[in-house]
Amino acid sequence: MAFIPHTREDVESMLAAIGVSSIEQLFDEIPANLRLAALAGVPEALTEMEVGRLMTERARLDGRPLCFIGAGAYEHHIPAAVWAIATRGEFYSAYTPYQAEASQGTLQLLYEYQTMMASLTGMQASNASLYDGASAMGEACLMAVRANRKSHSNRILVPTTVHPHYRRTAKAVAGNQGLIFEELPYCTEEGCIPVGSLARYDGQDITALVIQQPNFFGRLEDVDALCDWAHARDILVVAVVNPTSLALLKPPGEWGAQSANQGVNQGADIAVGEGQPLGVPLSSGGPYFGFMATRLEHIRQMPGRIVGRTLDAAGRSGFTLTLQAREQHIRRAKATSNICTNQGLLVTAATVYLSLMGPVGLERVAAASHARARELVDALTRVPGVRRLFRGPVFHEEAIALDRPAAPVLEKLAARGIVGGFDLAEHYPELGPALLVCATETKTSADIDRYASALAECLREARAA
Amino acid sequence: MSNVPSDLKYTKTHEWLRTLPDGTLEVGITDHAQHALGDLVFVEVPEVGRKLSVGEPFAVVESVKAASDVYSPVAGEVTAGNAALGSEPEAINSDAYGKGWLMRLRPSAGGAAPSLLSAAEYEKLIAEEGD
Amino acid sequence: MSTRLEKPIFEYSVPGRGAEDQWPRDCGDAAADLPAALRRARRPLLPEVSELETVRHFTRLSQLNFSIDTHFYPLGSCTMKYNPKACNQYAMLPEFLARHPLAPESVGQGFLACLYELQEMLKAVTGMQAVSLTPMAGAQGEFAGVAMIRAYHRARGDLERNEIIVPEAAHGTNPATATMCGCVVREVPVNAQGDVDTQALEAAVGPKTAGIMLTNPSTLGVFERRIEEVARTVHAAGGLLYYDGANLNAILGKVRPGDMGFDVVHVNLHKTFSTPHGGGGPGAGPVGVSARLSPFLPVPIVGRRGERYGWLTERDLPQSIGRLSGFMGNAGVLLRAYIYMRMLGREGMPKVSEHATLNANYLLARLTRAGFDAAYPARRASHELIITLKRQARELGVTTMDFAKRLLDHGMHAPTTYFPLLVPECLLIEPTETESKAALDAFVAAMSEILTEATKEPERVTGAPHTMPVRRLDDVRAAKQLDLTWKPAGAHAIPAKS
Repeated sequence: MAFIPHTREDVESMLAAIGVSSIEQLFDEIPANLRLAALAGVPEALTEMEVGRLMTERARLDGRPLCFIGAGAYEHHIPAAVWAIATRGEFYSAYTPYQAEASQGTLQLLYEYQTMMASLTGMQASNASLYDGASAMGEACLMAVRANRKSHSNRILVPTTVHPHYRRTAKAVAGNQGLIFEELPYCTEEGCIPVGSLARYDGQDITALVIQQPNFFGRLEDVDALCDWAHARDILVVAVVNPTSLALLKPPGEWGAQSANQGVNQGADIAVGEGQPLGVPLSSGGPYFGFMATRLEHIRQMPGRIVGRTLDAAGRSGFTLTLQAREQHIRRAKATSNICTNQGLLVTAATVYLSLMGPVGLERVAAASHARARELVDALTRVPGVRRLFRGPVFHEEAIALDRPAAPVLEKLAARGIVGGFDLAEHYPELGPALLVCATETKTSADIDRYASALAECLREARAA
Repeated sequence: MSNVPSDLKYTKTHEWLRTLPDGTLEVGITDHAQHALGDLVFVEVPEVGRKLSVGEPFAVVESVKAASDVYSPVAGEVTAGNAALGSEPEAINSDAYGKGWLMRLRPSAGGAAPSLLSAAEYEKLIAEEGD
Repeated sequence: MSTRLEKPIFEYSVPGRGAEDQWPRDCGDAAADLPAALRRARRPLLPEVSELETVRHFTRLSQLNFSIDTHFYPLGSCTMKYNPKACNQYAMLPEFLARHPLAPESVGQGFLACLYELQEMLKAVTGMQAVSLTPMAGAQGEFAGVAMIRAYHRARGDLERNEIIVPEAAHGTNPATATMCGCVVREVPVNAQGDVDTQALEAAVGPKTAGIMLTNPSTLGVFERRIEEVARTVHAAGGLLYYDGANLNAILGKVRPGDMGFDVVHVNLHKTFSTPHGGGGPGAGPVGVSARLSPFLPVPIVGRRGERYGWLTERDLPQSIGRLSGFMGNAGVLLRAYIYMRMLGREGMPKVSEHATLNANYLLARLTRAGFDAAYPARRASHELIITLKRQARELGVTTMDFAKRLLDHGMHAPTTYFPLLVPECLLIEPTETESKAALDAFVAAMSEILTEATKEPERVTGAPHTMPVRRLDDVRAAKQLDLTWKPAGAHAIPAKS
């Protein structure tokens, strides 16, 4: 029981070696009045067969509805090899690679991951991952405050086109350290940040500007103009990006149309995002991983583990954790962050995924997702009472307006086995009844037709009621 | 045994000070401190013009196993940072009192006299710490 | 374990190759409608390799690792116990994997039921009144705990309380967390027996005290015997007590943080409840609180209305410290812990701490007899023990690091080295309850052999490891000549599809 291998004889001989008569005696330093008599509130033990049955029944309750939500977590095909590799015990049950000589597998994998993510984002260096995209944005804002020596205001401009959960998470993670988050309104026709609206900040001390691309509505921001505006004013740019989209879209490291000519740094200063689309299943929200990449000049301000290649005592190439002096176990109260772990297992999955996809496969995933999303929105907007909310290009999700409140419609769709989208009412009430819908390469034309006719039916029913 | 030149002043936090002919002060970390930190891999020096108060951290020295702030022993304005340390941090290990200097500063007038140690007092301090 | 080094995957890459069967069909340039100015000009540096090359490369890399599945892994403070296969298999049922985090509650009742019951079980084992599962690691659980303490004081208008007291033996995350929460750290000393110096604590508390962060058993591998006195002192000064759950495996089912007087607890599911470490994550660090802190818990939380389960969000807890993740923390890790806890049950939980403690005290007795010095010889070990090699370092010139590296040659992962910082040349050893007596005996034998070797042939020890894929690595070079990404020889970018 409890995965304990001891026989009665083992226990007796061990107690004799210690010189005590019972296991209880080993707890004699705990004050007696604190000891627990019985553990109420925990059910009796189950065997593996029983727990397997329980979990299978619970899973069946949830079923497998057809999913058209994105909003920060995306359903993509995950090749069979990805989790076959990631769940190998040698990766799955290893710890943080502190003993480098006995962890070269994990370390080399992280180095390969850093290479892939740096290139995908167009930045010079990547860390070995953070918890998830939302908390990575909070860490990026803290990092921007450390890195921007010219600014003393701790003011961070965050457009309301950034994922609402990310904005809240950043505030929870970074707000205690005196960061001031100022929200920028968006254009309700275009669903984007109008660059002209930033003029009111001219001449003010701003530490960083956050730009999400594609933004929460799936729309593409004018990243070049936003980046140029910020850099001309010594404001650092924190990019929040979808990694799949980077197969098609300009990477953050190349944002900014004119800055290269003006001799200032081109590109975002810090790029972060949610790594989930790269081979990690939706699984109700986690575990995912956050990625973070930056320019070398800011590397010592970056939180999280970093792996470097070096030489061993025999002059051979090998891998080790490096720049550890920034971290909590050495710097304690002055560390760049309290983070100890990365999301190693998910990074393992992502590295295998990116290897299988390669530059061409990832481009196909991105292009197919883009095509399916367009097909989906075309089909849905042919349904009476449904229209596109914003004009302009999107990547693989888009906001649509309904002629009646979305929540009851979503419930009706769920009853038909369709998860129909993300209700925008809570976070964007000014838009009226609206849904954010997404399709990736996993959706077929038949799936899309099924959704469109179900939506038509649900709206008809709602109108009739 | 650590090298503690007799012509310099010291602090309890292991900085040294040298008064230059023009009245400005040169500051670095002691041989004892560099030895305790081990091989230095990164040094960050202050920008010229920065105003420092007594005890304010002005530089960071980083080895593989530790990163430490370096504190200004006196109040003043930075007149130079040793930029050469950017590409050659090991100069602090090999020549803590020479090529390993971190900054020069002009002490502010009328400031309170800082509590500095003589070489003999500093030697006594590190001998006690070693116990 | 293999000792054959593997070249970087980029060096297998050949233009035009790829695992095409895993890709979607080619749909031409479906993205032609995207504005040219926003398009990528050059393809990213990703390898172009076949599926077999990929599988072989990463399988070979895996064989360069030590892991629990392959090696004894007694890392102190990390609780490297066996990760049952069932926990992984049943958390990865296709329905759980496919569920979108923002899907309606009506299509998540099975998943939500598991999380709700997990909250209830964590309340029971910690003695707390309410639980939030969202923190994604121990460090984030710590952050949530201290942030709640701050929010509590603020909500009472008690704005001056910003000092967090931390024993000097504490894990480095404790002070780092306090800083992240905008607090100031005050360290208090520990006496020669490993207990907090209560006189120093009396002197440290006051009207600025927000709280104290403690691990019990402490990082010194012993139970804090005067915990009730510590609790009284801190509470009397108006502060709250935070319990770092790093060492919960030592007391599971035996004594509860809530009964010791703690107001907030975080639990490392990846330690006590056996979710995998995955090469450094994911973890999960749920927080439990007493009633007075429950309005401040991070969201979302799983609630139950009648027979239905649903999310409690900012709307239900307006004083919450907020969201710590984009969705619901590390949900899949929570499922694994749930399955493990159901398999332990109420009868299995105390057995865990009993056998973890038995194993640690057995190792302590045998290592002492083999000539090693215990850091706290007069104390019982908790679920882990500390030996100090100060004497060996002085007499033989062989350090803790050398012992650690030589253990690798014996096919055993090294214990935690040089932590806690208070004990010179220390090894913090945590065998866990899932290791057999035979595994512990083999460890003692290896340590004894290394000790003998250190007297006769010290250079074998100081030059270790000898049988790993690489020898000791040059950390100074790694930090000075940063090489953080692979670069192609004669690098030229691959042009994008025109």
